[in-house]
Amino acid sequence: MAIDRLDQMLQFQSEALKLRSQRQELLAANIANADTPQYKAVDIDFGQALAAATAPGAGTSGTSAAPSVLYRVPTQSSLDGNTVEMDVERAQFADNTVRYEAALRVLNAQIKAMLIALQG
Amino acid sequence: MSLFNVFDIASSALTAQSERLNVTASNIANADSAAGPDGKAYRARQVVFQAVPGQESNGTAKVKVAGIVEDNTPSRQVYDPKHPLADAQGYVTMPNVSVVDEMVNMLSASRSYQSNVEIMNTAKNLLLKTLTLGQ
Repeated sequence: MAIDRLDQMLQFQSEALKLRSQRQELLAANIANADTPQYKAVDIDFGQALAAATAPGAGTSGTSAAPSVLYRVPTQSSLDGNTVEMDVERAQFADNTVRYEAALRVLNAQIKAMLIALQG
Repeated sequence: MSLFNVFDIASSALTAQSERLNVTASNIANADSAAGPDGKAYRARQVVFQAVPGQESNGTAKVKVAGIVEDNTPSRQVYDPKHPLADAQGYVTMPNVSVVDEMVNMLSASRSYQSNVEIMNTAKNLLLKTLTLGQ
């Protein structure tokens, strides 16, 4: 049980990290396809995905379902049917990077706090 | 680990953009080549990008060059009766390369290349920081 408690304590941040890295991959794919005709930019609703992943009874961590991928609505349409807006994607990518690091730091702090509690 | 896939995606874009840069260089270099290997004027070439969905259907897509097509705009006709390749009316058929378009292509390709290099660097930094977790 004790191991389960430890797992529970770290679950929220580790789910957040996993979703952040998935989102990072989607945003990288958008930027990679910035010049591909007919490519539609994709993203996930991070808040919703995290709520679904950490909801009670959402399954043990590691077996959670993949978040649903949504299409981004462009503010300006382009002639070739591509909906990647470089400024939006770059801003989201930078934002996601910082938030990934934030989650990493919190997780690190939690591990350190638990280590102090364990070692006395 | 999703962050490792970022490397694959960004490197596919680097390959595609550098191929585009290659084709652009060829077009600009041959902007005045009145005779190619087949004796006719050089024709501009353009790359066609295509999105390649990833193996796991999680919405990500790499990019690849689906093919290189010849530009079908008509060749430039230049009046120069002294030119050895001039026809009976004194016109020489020159390549259909638009140097302005190619310069724009070159800028766009190099900017996209830079963006993807930055993506790779960011992913690398995040991975390195993740490795120090718990230390």
